[in-house]
Formats: sequence, structure tokens, C-alpha cells
Amino acid sequence: MCDNDHRRWNHLKKILERSSPFCHPDFEPGTGILEFLQNSCKLLVVGAGGLGCELLKDLAMMGFGDVHVIDMDTIDLSNLNRQFLFRRKDVNSSKAEVAAKFINERVPTCRVTPHHCKIQDKSEDFYRNFHFVVCGLDSVVARRWINGMLISLLSYDDNQQLDNSTVIPLIDGGTEGFKGNVRVIIPGITPCIDCTLDLFPPQVTYPLCTIASTPRLPEHCIEYVKLIQWPKENPFDSNIDTDDPVHISWIYEKSLERADEFGINGVNYRLVQGVIKNIIPAVASTNAVIAAACVTEAFKVATSCCPLLNNYAVFNNADGIYTYTYEAERKSDCITCSPRKAKYLDIDDTNMRLEKIIEILCEHQQYQMKNPALTIELDGKRKTLYMPNVPSIELKTRPNLKMTLEQLGIADGCKLLVADITNPRAFEIILKIKNNCVSME
Amino acid sequence: MIKLYSLKQHKKDGETPKSGNQRKASAAHLRITKDLNELTLPKTCTTEFPDPDDLLNFKLTICPDEGSYKGGKFNFSFKVGVNYPHEPPKVKCETTVYHPNIDLDGNVCLNILREDWKPVLTINSVIYGLQYLFLEPNPEDPLNKEAADVLQNNKRLFDMNVQKAMRGGVIGNTYFEKCLK
Ligand SMILES: [Zn+2]
Repeated sequence: MCDNDHRRWNHLKKILERSSPFCHPDFEPGTGILEFLQNSCKLLVVGAGGLGCELLKDLAMMGFGDVHVIDMDTIDLSNLNRQFLFRRKDVNSSKAEVAAKFINERVPTCRVTPHHCKIQDKSEDFYRNFHFVVCGLDSVVARRWINGMLISLLSYDDNQQLDNSTVIPLIDGGTEGFKGNVRVIIPGITPCIDCTLDLFPPQVTYPLCTIASTPRLPEHCIEYVKLIQWPKENPFDSNIDTDDPVHISWIYEKSLERADEFGINGVNYRLVQGVIKNIIPAVASTNAVIAAACVTEAFKVATSCCPLLNNYAVFNNADGIYTYTYEAERKSDCITCSPRKAKYLDIDDTNMRLEKIIEILCEHQQYQMKNPALTIELDGKRKTLYMPNVPSIELKTRPNLKMTLEQLGIADGCKLLVADITNPRAFEIILKIKNNCVSME
Repeated sequence: MIKLYSLKQHKKDGETPKSGNQRKASAAHLRITKDLNELTLPKTCTTEFPDPDDLLNFKLTICPDEGSYKGGKFNFSFKVGVNYPHEPPKVKCETTVYHPNIDLDGNVCLNILREDWKPVLTINSVIYGLQYLFLEPNPEDPLNKEAADVLQNNKRLFDMNVQKAMRGGVIGNTYFEKCLK
């Protein structure tokens, strides 16, 4: 057994315990690295679908020992053709839980911990725990959320130097039919998802008036039922559940009626499903290729053995095999990752009134604002402190001006969101309060 | 190159960084706060926030002072999603209106609310767009086809129908509630 264990990782050891001309110049080979991979390195896989199954399998077999997986979905019969960690009996069970169980039983060196929930249900403290994150998602929104979360975890010292220990790399895989891409994102250093948003194909939207009065395509008819007929007739007293066949059937029938009315051909159940769920065809082999590339990058991120993918690779095997890697550029005004230097405001104590804070922002050498609007997050809920330019809110928030920070519940370290015409963007200011009554209570 | 392997050794012993203890505001919140603080409403428009802490859901009232809809009062609801400004706000007309570009369920056909939305556009752009719909109803892009046909063929009748609807009355099979200012 011991001998087997030893041999099992022989190939990895050849890479991790020896130097080579192809290594990264900073790479220091040693026995500790494999140990790190198997015991200390903790990573998160986002998504346990087509890509996720491949990722988990590859990660387990590459020696990773502490893998978490998060996915809110349950297994659908139609997943079984490519999501190979699932069986017929698993239909309707949690993808994350079934995938974790499968890997744990099959690969004893790997412990997968499932999280059957939305990514948004987890806090910063959850995400902060990981050394890096691998994404196998089919949604741009979810990608952007993870991206935003990892960037929000970055911290900078007083000289605006990035604290490297707060950097959690993100390896992002995506597939669509025969096409796929892999990218490596080092938050705060290399371009983020939002820097390159224009690389994502825009979602097809049809003008509402076309859908309503001059439909020409089967898609127009389906969109009509989804956007206009459903909210109007509300057939099941609920929003559309894209996984409920009864809902899809209703939409299908109504779409067909509408298509007949306008003499349009081509509405069928599959198309309805496709339009409503925004389904893109999945090709198992594309998932395998992209996942393999992601996990190779994961291995390099964890061990520093070779230079990382820099930083965006595309793959297309629709017509032969085509791959191309290029360096996407960071957007200097990226709304998410552009070096928004942490801004601070020194306040003497929490007995100061809100109006005084506004006065300081207007007179402060660094800020010199004109008419700032202020909001803040307290107990996980956003609160409007003052908004001078919107009459109805101004009236309701005016009493706040006379209140002290303490009365408003504002303590040292709170982030004020400030919008003012003197700045092209709203930004946050961290309050540094010397005499902090609130936290002393 | 960031060396995770050596870095994370001391990450383990180190405590959580101080400035990371409060969540950053979302891009949607940053943008909507900016948008709202810089609203320059035309004098025909007012906004109302049922919950001043919730900047993502609000109402707009338009009282056109010229054109066919002069004297009327029309309410809209705005829902700004977490994906704003990458996605447009969802806007519904809450007043039943006889209008070629607004259907009887309150759906509004305004290009910048769907296919022509761009993240550089703001709440202000949408409000101006809506206001324009009342000045220049467009029969070419109908959502209410009956109204569009009347507007195209008989502007006088269209204006009479609009007046009738705003005073509260029946046109075709639809009852319009009174919505005079
Ligand atoms: Zn960015």
C-alpha cells in the first residue's frame, strides 16, 4: 500500500522535486510542494455541471487533497450524458453533494466538501479561506459575481501596495458547443472578468415592439409568451420555473398558437426550452479539453512550477483544432478592478454629526466635494444617509444630518459610499475614527 | 509571479486583514447612487422612493406639459437589478394608457430599455426617453396596434381618444381609468 502510494505520485514528483530548464525561474523544487498540494492547499470549484464534473475528476487525480465544490442545482435526467459523476438514481439530488460523494469514494487521497447553495449565500469569510478558485460556470452573471467577490477581498497597505497574501487567483473555464476558453485571473494584477466584458457575446434581445406586433421568427413568438402573455395570464400563479416541464409546455402551446396566427414555422418544444432557459448545446469533449487546461493551470498556480497561462486561451474544434493564447489587457477604468486606492477620512470621534462629515468632505483638500450623496452598509443592509439631489429622499433623510455617527450606528472602519459630481464614479471612503464610542460599548 | 505555496504558509498564521472586514458596495449600488445624485429631471417629472434606503426600486411620475398627453399624469415603476448598469432597469407603466408604444399591461417599447441599452446610459437617459414617448408617440413601433393605427390614419381621432382615455372612458373594449393631473 505504502509502496503503491509512493508510486502513485511518481510522475508529479518528477516535476515537483527536480529542477529543469522549463521551470519557472523562481521555482524551488522540494518534497514540501506535493505535501502542500495534498494536505494544505484548499481550493474551491464553482459549478458541478458539465465542466465541474471534469474539473473535480482532474483535480482529484492531480493530487489535490482539499477541494470544495459549490452548486445550487439539482441533477436533471438530461445531464447524465456528460456529467459522468451522476447516475440515474441521483436525478433530483444536489449536484454538489453527489459529485463530492462520488470523488470521495473513488479517490481516497481527495476530500471533496459540497456546498449545495447559491454562490451569493456564502460570505466573504467563506471565500477568503481558499488558496484559489476554479470556475466552471455557464453564466456570465455568476462569473462576474465571483470575480467581484475575489477583488473585494484584496487589501492594500497604507502605501497602496497590494497585500499579496490577500490575492486569490481565479481560473475560469467556459464552453459553448465546440468552443471554449480558459483564463487565469490574478485579482488586482491581471485583467479581471469585467475588464473584458465585451468578449462575451451579447445576449440576443429583440425589440419589444417586434415581438408584440411584427413577429417574424419562432423566437419572437416564444419571447412574446414569456414577456407579455405569462405575466398577464399568470397561469400557475408564479414566475416561470425554467425547470418545470408544465411551465415549459404551457409556453410551448401558447407560442405555437401565436406562431400559427402569424404563419411562422419552427416552434418546437426544444426551441422553447432553449429560448426560455437560454440553453447552449454542450459537447462532452469540449468540457474535457477545457477542464484539463484549467486543472493544469490550477496545478501551476498551486506549485509555481511553470509560468501561468498569460492570460486568455481560446479553443475551437468546430473545424479542425484551433487554439490561440493571447494577453488580454487590463482596463484602466474597469468598474471592478481598476486600482481604486483605498480612501480614508480621519474623524475625531463618533459624537460628530453627519452634517459635519459632509462639511469635511466639501472642505477637505483631497476631496473638495460639492454636494455629496452618502450611503452605508449596516448589518448587511444598505442605508441612505443623505441624498441632496432627490427631493423625496432628501426630505426623508434630512433628520440624519443632525444625528451623530454613534446614533446612526457608524463605527470605525465603516465604508461610506460617496457620489458627487466632482468624481466620475461613486466610491467608498473608509472612516478612521480615533475615539470610537460605538465599539467601546 | 505570486508564489502561492510560500505565501500561504504565512497566510495560515496571519489573521484576516483589517480593511477587508466590511463588504464593498456592489457596482450596481455605486452606479445607482451616482445616477440618482445627478438626476436632472425635466420639470414634468418627479421621482418617489417608497423606501429611501432602497435606491434600486422607485417610482417616476410624468405629467406632460405639451403634446397629445398634456394634462395627464402617468406613473412608472423602476426596478434596478444587481447587474445594473450592464443590464437596463426594468420599467413598467403603472397607469393604463392609450399609447401606441405602451401596452395595456404596462410594457413599454423604448429601444434603450432593451436592445439598445448600453452601460454608459443612465437613469436620466431612460427618464428622458420615456418623456419623449409622450411628446412623440411612434406608430412605426407599435405595442398597442389599435392606437398606432389610429395615430397613423387619423391624428385628430387619436388626440380625441387620448383625451377620452385620460378623462376616464372606454375605447374599443378597454376601460381607461382617469389619469388627469
Ligand atoms: Zn477589471
